[in-house]
Amino acid sequence: MSLKSTPQTLPTDPAVRENLFNPEIRAAIDRHIAKYPPEWKQSAVMPALTLVQEWNGGWLTIELMNEVAAYLEMPPIAVYEVASFYGMYDLKPTGRHKVCVCNSISCLLNGSEALIEHVKKRYQVAPGETTADGKFTFKEVECLGACRHAPVVLIDKTYGENLTPEALDRWIEELD
Amino acid sequence: MVERQNSVCFRTLHLDQPWRLDSYRSIGGYGQWERILQERPDPADLIEQLKLSALRGRGGAGFPTGLKWSFMLRSAPGQRYIVCNSDEGEPGTCKDRDILRYNPHQLIEGMAIAGYCIGATVGYNYIRGEFFEPTERFEAAVQEAYAAGLLGKDIGGSGIDFDLYVHNGAGAYICGEETALLESIEGKKGQPRYKPPFPAQSGLYGRPTTINNTESLASVPVILEKGGQWFLDQGLPNNGGLKVFSVTGHVEKPRNLEVPLGTPFRELLAQCGGVKGGKKLKAVIPGGSSTPVVPGDQMMELNMDYDSLAKAGSMLGSGAVIVMAEGTDMVKVLANLAHFYAAESCGQCTPCREGTGWLSRVLHRILKGQGRREDLDLLDDAANRIMGRTICALGDAAAMPVRSFLKHYRHEFERYIAQGERCVS
Repeated sequence: MSLKSTPQTLPTDPAVRENLFNPEIRAAIDRHIAKYPPEWKQSAVMPALTLVQEWNGGWLTIELMNEVAAYLEMPPIAVYEVASFYGMYDLKPTGRHKVCVCNSISCLLNGSEALIEHVKKRYQVAPGETTADGKFTFKEVECLGACRHAPVVLIDKTYGENLTPEALDRWIEELD
Repeated sequence: MVERQNSVCFRTLHLDQPWRLDSYRSIGGYGQWERILQERPDPADLIEQLKLSALRGRGGAGFPTGLKWSFMLRSAPGQRYIVCNSDEGEPGTCKDRDILRYNPHQLIEGMAIAGYCIGATVGYNYIRGEFFEPTERFEAAVQEAYAAGLLGKDIGGSGIDFDLYVHNGAGAYICGEETALLESIEGKKGQPRYKPPFPAQSGLYGRPTTINNTESLASVPVILEKGGQWFLDQGLPNNGGLKVFSVTGHVEKPRNLEVPLGTPFRELLAQCGGVKGGKKLKAVIPGGSSTPVVPGDQMMELNMDYDSLAKAGSMLGSGAVIVMAEGTDMVKVLANLAHFYAAESCGQCTPCREGTGWLSRVLHRILKGQGRREDLDLLDDAANRIMGRTICALGDAAAMPVRSFLKHYRHEFERYIAQGERCVS
């Protein structure tokens, strides 16, 4: 078997492991671990990071990544690699919401440029930045896979379809 | 005009709450899976039906599904896996999202049947992380299927086991590449593996694995119900069945349409209400952003099947038909596509990591009116240095649009370069 199909493991003291996060997070991560072969706890790193990020208000700290590593008994570097590779993990503080505007081709052909320019001007925020009031982090993202509804915006976990700048404003207005 | 005379993946769409188990049951859903559980047919016979159907991989590569399944050696000892690729992200493609939302049970049945055919007792559905609603729908359907005794261990006393789990992505187009997807399930960066070994020999956790697209797997129950010959007869020889096309861009009614392979593009466009605003058709990217662009006049004469599009120098790909009307700025479109691949390159192979960045930067320079006379040769050169020199197909996918846009619309790029800043204003 090649090295690539071997899990990287780094054992953690059970006394430390059972006090990481809180019981709810541990139970949720354990439900993911149970989906994979016993020696492949590492497979749960993505759902674990997602859970912990949400619990932390939208972003991951080095300390939290280290704790995920300890919980899954894998080297911290292996967790950093994953957290820095996938676009949905944020490694800097974020706003209360994430406003992700699709900039790929079908959306481009249907007005995403105007949406992006509107957000920049109206909310004084560049892609990757958070509004001064901390309400949202603005992201330009690649194809969201809902092209028949272009232009598409993802806010937190909800897709908004066929959006005009005015409709997007109304949606943002409703956010806390 | 043919309006859903037959349908395969979208056959539940007319039902109220089509995603529910009782809806799927009402049209005979799980009939094939239950027949298998009762009769335990020879998997080779089922695979024969798939081969006869000429079902080709609906994710983009178009590899014959039956042939792929036959690579799995059922006699080999140890665990095997079936993996569904729901990491839909090829720009223009939005069909798997609707299958997950509106017909999740048919996908579950397809995965269970696939598991039986290849000897896999565990399946994973890799759903992209942004698909929160589709994931919820699919997971609820899996729970319903467990509760109804259609999944699990020794299902209905048949001696057949099949467990099914979801693994969510987290924002990486490259995980739609099958070996990157396996790496991602293994808890790593999604970087494609060298092939060989192919997943059928060494896949997930080093075990024999088959990876199929959502639409391919969701087609399976209907193929077994109606027969491989029926499916084949819906389309053309070597291009069997119906296919979902995501028609987007400059059309009046952007939509997913499930039509027979071989349907004239002209008819597909008409079903979407024609070009937006009644404009003339300028160009079409017929199979997702990676496939070469085809000028409008030529496209109007083509049929939508794998072989016709290949003959025209393009590809059917994922069936994402991106329509562009007269007046579309092809420099801006290509710069957008190049940006996508530069953003999504995994960084593993130098020609792709560096080359996609070069393509994007040079194209944006031209778009800003700062292009240089030598830039078109530079683009061609960079594209050629990527093609065929990378582990996976993302590099080629970035290079192919550049070559096709320069071939058909070179004059637009030249105009930008000649006019400089004036062209931009």
